[in-house]
Amino acid sequence: MIINLAFKNLLRYPTRSFLTMVGVAVAILSFGLLSTVVESWYAGAEGASSARLIVRSSVSLMFPLPMTYKNKINRVDGVGDVSWARWFGGVYKEPKNFFPQFAIDPKSYLRIYPEYIVSDDQKENFFNDRRSTLIGRKIAEEHGLKVGDLMPLQGQIFPGTWDFVVGGIYDGKNNGTDTAQMFFHWDYLNEEIKKRKISRDLESVGVFIVEVNDVKKVGPISQDIDELFKNSRKETYTETEKAFQLGFVAMTEAIVVAIRLVSYVVIVIIMLVMANTMVMTSKERMWEYATMRSLGFDRKFLNKVILFESLFLSGIGGLTGIVLTFPAATLFRSYTGTLFPVFEISLATISTQICFFLVIGLVASLFPAWKASNGKIVAALRAA
Amino acid sequence: MFKSVPFSYSVRSLLVRKLTTFFTVFGLALVVFVFSTVLMLDKGLEETVVSTGERDNLIVTRRGSSSEVQSSITKEQASIISQIKGIASIPEPKVSNETVVLINLQKKKGSTSNVVIRGLKHSGIELRRNFTLDQGSLFREGTNEVIVGRAIAKRFGGLKIGEIIKFGGEMWRVVGYFRTNNNGFESEIWTSNDVLMQVFKRNTYSTVLLNLTDVSKGRRIKDTIDKDVRLPLRAKFERSFYEESSAALSKFITILGVTLTVIFSIGATIGAMITMQAAVMNRTTEISTLKALGFSKLQIMITFLFESFVLSIMAGVLGIFLASFFSNVEFSTSNFQSFAELAFKFSMDSSIVLTAFLLAVFMGIIGGLIPAFYATKIKITAGLRSV
Repeated sequence: MIINLAFKNLLRYPTRSFLTMVGVAVAILSFGLLSTVVESWYAGAEGASSARLIVRSSVSLMFPLPMTYKNKINRVDGVGDVSWARWFGGVYKEPKNFFPQFAIDPKSYLRIYPEYIVSDDQKENFFNDRRSTLIGRKIAEEHGLKVGDLMPLQGQIFPGTWDFVVGGIYDGKNNGTDTAQMFFHWDYLNEEIKKRKISRDLESVGVFIVEVNDVKKVGPISQDIDELFKNSRKETYTETEKAFQLGFVAMTEAIVVAIRLVSYVVIVIIMLVMANTMVMTSKERMWEYATMRSLGFDRKFLNKVILFESLFLSGIGGLTGIVLTFPAATLFRSYTGTLFPVFEISLATISTQICFFLVIGLVASLFPAWKASNGKIVAALRAA
Repeated sequence: MFKSVPFSYSVRSLLVRKLTTFFTVFGLALVVFVFSTVLMLDKGLEETVVSTGERDNLIVTRRGSSSEVQSSITKEQASIISQIKGIASIPEPKVSNETVVLINLQKKKGSTSNVVIRGLKHSGIELRRNFTLDQGSLFREGTNEVIVGRAIAKRFGGLKIGEIIKFGGEMWRVVGYFRTNNNGFESEIWTSNDVLMQVFKRNTYSTVLLNLTDVSKGRRIKDTIDKDVRLPLRAKFERSFYEESSAALSKFITILGVTLTVIFSIGATIGAMITMQAAVMNRTTEISTLKALGFSKLQIMITFLFESFVLSIMAGVLGIFLASFFSNVEFSTSNFQSFAELAFKFSMDSSIVLTAFLLAVFMGIIGGLIPAFYATKIKITAGLRSV
């Protein structure tokens, strides 16, 4: 009975019901997209480990550290594996094709980052050819690169043209792994700096990546490492990989906050639209409600009909919105390319979407329900 | 001939449904608000970066480097540049060799961010005409004294005049605050170039800034530098250099803003459509009466369109009013291209007000169009019979 009545009511003005559903769908869709954007902003930090430490110059990342630091770090108590990387900052074909490039020590780096998965023969390939590069699946797909292809970069920090051969393509262990990075041999970069007489520090690295044996001791180990180089020309700053990545996010925090704010505004706008529809509906039906009440239907019954109608509207709209989020995200991902290395709709996003359409439906039915049950029957009947 | 339906009819019918009218106006207004704040942010960024630099200054960087930090210029190259004809030179050539480094500083609110430290001489400061010292004094050349830009002084901790900051293994004393008419330099810290280079063991400059005797000669000097085989360098007008250096940030804001506005406006237009549709439905009898009185379809359509037009005007005014509270509020973020902190303001101007208003009217008219058309289709008999 309740369901029947609610359906009949919805079909009374099919255009209006349809428009409202579209409105809810658009809102839920855009909320999903926006929160996915915010999440992918944090993806780097999400995928980062708190068992790895990043050692960098205390001044800023721009300043390299000497390679000689490696042995000293190695001797610190509790330190396991140590690897290193140097930011290259090159341009592949056009500046808009941005993806990070690092000169690394291949063997130790892949040891420390087991989440980068490469087949054994490609690994061999990459290890043995000093001019080869290991690229992430995302870069390979975006630019149609295969193993064996030539990949020239224009250096911005290290001027000149750098010709690399794709030696391997790595996949991520899970969805959150960043597969939009490019790695090549640090030895090669170092030699070329010498050969090309580039005015950049020789025998230097951007960061050391340190694996600790006991996760609980990251704090004291960080302090020990920084203590080693205290009062030297090049002091270090050590923090967990997670904190390091969060530091990057924090720099653009203002933008993230703005996007977040806006995604809630969407919900408010659509709540207004929904509430509007329901208010109008209830106004039109004052007379009907009065009639039903005089026939003996109680307030609870009326409230149920209204609530169900409202939930049904927001439910259909909301579910459509959630379903549409997936193709929209795919579209967005292909449009922005490697800008967001990880762009996945999370379970949290979907559950928030569900919560929102339920809340929208509920809130929108409050006013009409109150009107329907509190109006004076006589007054409503007389007005008709 | 009949006169048109009085406009007061449209306005009054909005007043009859106060709550619905309010919801619709508020929904539309929020869209206008978001749209105008995005435009204001983009405008503010543009104002900041475009006014960073003088019209008659050229900035020289190494070819292939997209930011000042990446660039390096040797002393020999710098001296070749300073001898080019057409550079203002009374009495000394108006050339400033500068070093730019990024350092991590602690913000007052928790996180750290990269700040540009620029090493230059007093003569280099003179090349920035809108430079004024707000408080304290200028740094003395050859000392570890620094002056801090207004936007940085406001946001970062430990930068009071007289306080010491530590970077590069040295202590630096803050001696003054400066402002440069809200442009990008206010997000920097300046110090003596010789000391900065010494501390960071640098023997190359980052950039060379030159002042032209005559703007029209800029093109020629630019070509001279670009084509000189001894110089792997590139010259750009200072203003276009800084504009390009935040192109990605500006593009990001625009894309995000436009996408949001499009999505939002769909939602709000639907809202307006629902409202107007209901307005038409509720007044079948009235519309029939109007028709029976002899009003034409066009006149009826105009009546309803006018009603949604009034809705949208109210929304436009409210949205812009809300957005105006953000005017001149400062926004600070890291620029993706230079990795350095940059502060800019929300800035409102008449073209933004106009654009936002047009958006409101557009949404209102689109939302009102179908219901208004629907109203003209109502048959006189059907409408009157239902009474």
